[in-house]
Amino acid sequence: MPDATGLELIAQDLRQEHGDDTVLGTDFFRDKAAVRVAPAGIGATLEFLRARGFTFLASVHGLDYHPEEPRLGVQYELLDMTEVDRITVTLRVPLDAPTVPSVTPAWPTADHQEREIYDMFGVIFDGHPDLRRILMPEDYEGFPQRRDFPIGGEPVLFTHNEPQVPGYWK
Amino acid sequence: MEVKRERLGSGADGDFRSRGLAARAMLRGELEGPELEAHVEQRLLTTTLDKAANWARANGIMPATFGLACCAIEMMAAVNSRVDIARFGFEAFRASPRQADLLIISGRISIKMAPVVRRIYDQMLEPKWAIAMGACSSSMGVFNNYAITPADKFMPVDLHVPGCPPRPEALVYSILKLRTMIMAKPDLAWRARYGGRGTEEFVESELAIDPAAAHTIGVTGGGKGTRA
Amino acid sequence: MSEIETRPGGLTYREMEASHALSHIEHPEHDELLTLNLGPHHPATHGVLRLLTTLEGEVVRDIKPIIGYVHTGIEKTAEDKAYWKVIPVVERMDYLSYYFNAMAFCGAVETLLDLDVPPRAQYLRVIHMELNRIASHLLWLATGGLDLGAISIFWYAWRDRDLLLDLFEMSSGQRMHTRYFQVGGVVEDIPAGFAAKVRSFTTRFPERIAQFERLIDSNQIVLQRLRGTGTVDEATLLSLGVTGPLLRATGNPWDLRKAQPYSSYEDFDFRIPVGTVGDNYDRYRVRMAEMLESIRIIDQALDGLPEGPYITADRKYALPPRHELATSMEALIHHFKLVTEGFRVAPGEAYYPIESPRGELACFVRADGSSKPARVHMRDPSFVNLQAFKPMVEGDYLADLIASLAMLDPILGGIDR
Repeated sequence: MPDATGLELIAQDLRQEHGDDTVLGTDFFRDKAAVRVAPAGIGATLEFLRARGFTFLASVHGLDYHPEEPRLGVQYELLDMTEVDRITVTLRVPLDAPTVPSVTPAWPTADHQEREIYDMFGVIFDGHPDLRRILMPEDYEGFPQRRDFPIGGEPVLFTHNEPQVPGYWK
Repeated sequence: MEVKRERLGSGADGDFRSRGLAARAMLRGELEGPELEAHVEQRLLTTTLDKAANWARANGIMPATFGLACCAIEMMAAVNSRVDIARFGFEAFRASPRQADLLIISGRISIKMAPVVRRIYDQMLEPKWAIAMGACSSSMGVFNNYAITPADKFMPVDLHVPGCPPRPEALVYSILKLRTMIMAKPDLAWRARYGGRGTEEFVESELAIDPAAAHTIGVTGGGKGTRA
Repeated sequence: MSEIETRPGGLTYREMEASHALSHIEHPEHDELLTLNLGPHHPATHGVLRLLTTLEGEVVRDIKPIIGYVHTGIEKTAEDKAYWKVIPVVERMDYLSYYFNAMAFCGAVETLLDLDVPPRAQYLRVIHMELNRIASHLLWLATGGLDLGAISIFWYAWRDRDLLLDLFEMSSGQRMHTRYFQVGGVVEDIPAGFAAKVRSFTTRFPERIAQFERLIDSNQIVLQRLRGTGTVDEATLLSLGVTGPLLRATGNPWDLRKAQPYSSYEDFDFRIPVGTVGDNYDRYRVRMAEMLESIRIIDQALDGLPEGPYITADRKYALPPRHELATSMEALIHHFKLVTEGFRVAPGEAYYPIESPRGELACFVRADGSSKPARVHMRDPSFVNLQAFKPMVEGDYLADLIASLAMLDPILGGIDR
């Protein structure tokens, strides 16, 4: 992993190249480097890191920070195979403007993964060639992995909640 | 000491002794009226030919290759050489539901897959049976959430096999139990077994068979494959 | 030519489904296109995969995989359970490599907790993971042969797989989904006689592999079906995020066990088999050779198995041994806290990648200070590798599609989670 100083140097260079408002901060936790960027600058950030050697996009995943705002987050895990380095790029979008520019045209591996984030969280990826639900049925309503979406399932029937489901044995 | 009293079945429906008594009564001409009719009906229902047919059905079941998730791996283990269900007659796993008798729902059924499972079950021809293998298809299993459904919600299931995944030996136990069920109870139509009369999608008299509507499958019990 | 009309912004589910078959619009240079739906119930698709295939004659022109038919909401269920209880849930994701799923999750939580795993536990984990790798590859071989029509290999490979499941049953009591890996180590030590039984397996297994190779390697039908089909070059695979035997078949020796060793893999001496061309035959050879390398690792791990605890001594995260509960009040309280509420993890995020039989399997865990994880995401290799399926089959025959699907080794449980 780039160590803490390496991470700061990367962040500094990013700011220099793409403007101060692109990089919102850095995190160095348990020997892992992460760069927090603004959603609009994600494409430029990934290209910058690609030029630095991080040519492999290992994972794109989403998460819901509810109740902290901005709520929805997307994380990009990059891997440098020659130097054996990993770096994470994270961004956060609020629920009322959940749009993130898609990186699929430049990184084809993000295709299904961004569709999954759309399906599960409702983050809309601008420029994705085919943004539709991938895991849930096509006409499903709701975004299941948001923290306020109920987990669902069947109630487990015990004697004490039998009256709630009267006559289930019939 | 507990004395176990068994209710003697009436006539041909009962155990060996009462069947013998009823047969003797009929030969002597002692059965009359509705009793006689009932006896004859019951004897006709369970003739030796019927029993032979049920024995053949039970011993030559063709399961459909229907593996959904982890339970499918243990189903494959049950088919394989250590625990060999081919020795019970389950030799030929048919890929086409039209040729299969038994649907072993091995694995978790997601809500996207449920209509597909139902359609495959409908495409099977009578007599057909279904085994819900594993905890996920019987109840919700390990995952009690929005994404999956138990099999009982949308199709009739004859046997549930607990386990996550059930050992191959557990699956063997369940298919032996199914075999006994088939040999004993000759209700072959699932609608008779589960009181599902009235759930047919087409009523015989109102069905106009249109050769151009290629999806018409069965008259009763089959149901149409697609409905626009 | 296609009778399926496309309506943009279709209203009903059927109309939306029909709109997937856009191939006659996307590929105007081919005529006489037929869209064929393979699956989700199909003997050749490994699990419930639906492939919308557009064919021109027998040649595949376009393919759209549709997944989600075994989506179980594992990641959502994991947010509802204590960390300890997430392990069985997450194990059932990629249902052939259950130890790897557990390892990825436990590794991520151990990173968050900054917890050290004792060396004996690390070696035991390696032994079980490599045994699982062999079991997974044997099932790939069995079902791959089944798809190609070589059904005998199905019986032979399962014979050995049943021996492996016996070993798992010996160490943990369950054949599959054993819940053997825990946060901080393994749930209990291996029983007496386990090492001897594993050795009897490892001494006999290379001979079995040699038998399989004699059957399959130079078989004319296998060569004709696998040689030269499903070829994708390395650059395309890297851009699609593909790892594992698929990438190694093109010649790229990327393997996380060597590149970013975890769980004491750096102590072992093993080679990484790579292919040359990246066609189906190379993928087959790479996996066969990987099984032999796994045998080497298991032998070395058994030789060097250190004495010591099998789980971390930190009672805040691992259950105390049962005999202590009778004498120590502290142990009783720890046991009670761990079993009822579970341990709490300080806020943080961790991404822990390992090398599963299909490629880079990683677990992302976000902790928010409570006893339940706030987000568990499994980066499943099959989900990403499936994107490489389209370049693999475009231009090949339909029969080659089946062979490529067999060699791709997708596990729908991991794809759909």
